[in-house]
Amino acid sequence: MLAVVGTVPDPDFPLAVGRVDMVGDRLSIDGKHIWVNRGTPALLGAMVNTLKVLGQKDIIGFIAGDIGLGDGSRKVYQYLVENRFQMDFNAIVFHYLQPDVDWHNKILFMLNDLGKKPVLIADAGFMYAAKMSGQAQAYDLFTPDVGELSFLADEIAPHPFYTRGFILHDDNKVPDLIGRAYLHGNAAKNLLVKGSTDYIADKNGVIFSVNSPIAEAMEAMGGTGDTVTGIVTALAGTGMSISKAAKIAAKVNRIAGFDANPTPATQVSQIVHHIPQALEKVLKESYDQ
Amino acid sequence: MFKFKFKKKKPHGFSQAELGILVFGNTSEVIGAQKALETNGWKIRVMGPPPEIQSGCDLVIEFPLIQELDIIRLLEKLGIPPIEMVPVTGPLLQPVDLFHIKDFGEFLMIRAANMKITVEKSTRLIVNVSGGGCPDVPYLACMMVGKTMAQAPNPLDIGHTLCGYALGLAFKEMEKRCSQW
Repeated sequence: MLAVVGTVPDPDFPLAVGRVDMVGDRLSIDGKHIWVNRGTPALLGAMVNTLKVLGQKDIIGFIAGDIGLGDGSRKVYQYLVENRFQMDFNAIVFHYLQPDVDWHNKILFMLNDLGKKPVLIADAGFMYAAKMSGQAQAYDLFTPDVGELSFLADEIAPHPFYTRGFILHDDNKVPDLIGRAYLHGNAAKNLLVKGSTDYIADKNGVIFSVNSPIAEAMEAMGGTGDTVTGIVTALAGTGMSISKAAKIAAKVNRIAGFDANPTPATQVSQIVHHIPQALEKVLKESYDQ
Repeated sequence: MFKFKFKKKKPHGFSQAELGILVFGNTSEVIGAQKALETNGWKIRVMGPPPEIQSGCDLVIEFPLIQELDIIRLLEKLGIPPIEMVPVTGPLLQPVDLFHIKDFGEFLMIRAANMKITVEKSTRLIVNVSGGGCPDVPYLACMMVGKTMAQAPNPLDIGHTLCGYALGLAFKEMEKRCSQW
């Protein structure tokens, strides 16, 4: 089983815990429905479509409505800590959540107490909290974009909003920023850096880079990073090594994006549709090799 | 099993990295802001300024940094905006002021820190919002995408987090660019 911990942008959406399915363009969880759009719904949509190819594994969602006040995130955090006995997952991904170091630490303590440790993946707000807590190395994978990598590389920035200009500057090369993030202990064991070139790295530096096919418009599209995080979580949940899962996920996301023939106005649900076909293609190539 | 050594936590539940400092011109403003913030339920603390702060009076207010946008909105409404808002861990840090511009031909994208906004040039329609990690980002995108720059709400008015603040700065820069077309 795989777990997704995140939020949806609806202040009236209550805490929902349960199996996630997709019916048409909508996700369903605990009798409630969510459109596949940027944020955690895009991540879930990508996971569901990845698992259509890999073979069904259940996705359990821990989802609440939150529009930035942190109330929904705190409901999810509290539920996880109080229901630790239910935590038996191959992989767990933490996503669009209000960064809160105190709750982050409670969750990490809870995970540490589990008999079987899942693959731990963090992205978005929870990744910010993981960096701020000083516990980045407890995670198996972070999936930052280049702006967020700059934040990880800036040892004193408390949020990407305060990343120092000399680190944010275009002249900085991604491999240097990766090195700087590891130097200060602010990266997970593995990184998948999402961008015009995707980089898969660990503490020794870049392991793979993936730069084709390229659909430049994807940079402008909201949710294309969420889909890659969803794909890598589903792959890592099968027991595949993190670096291999990240490399395949980066390729699949790029092919799905390319096949959607996007403009900067395209919405992410278009990419989610193309994931199964893209994954079949990448897996076939990988078996052929 | 992994072992943790967490960064030190402050008594009111926030770690140093999660806190910011509000700097005011005089003590009356500090007292007014303290009253307003506490009345509105924020966990804050009045204290002496760190040595790096060279401006303002001899009292500052410590606050949860992620709520900077909400707090500044309230204080501006009350007519007591701080003269500076800085992170506790880096009092010399400034909000991002470096914008990355990408021209897609028919579309223009502006990135501020981790937030991006993309507009169709001919219609000034906001076609995408991306990046960020705080939960108001998908909400802001829902409220803004599909509207023109003139129709869309300003993220500085309806956002709540620092990601919302960064998107607000990108929005402001986009307004500036649009006015030049």
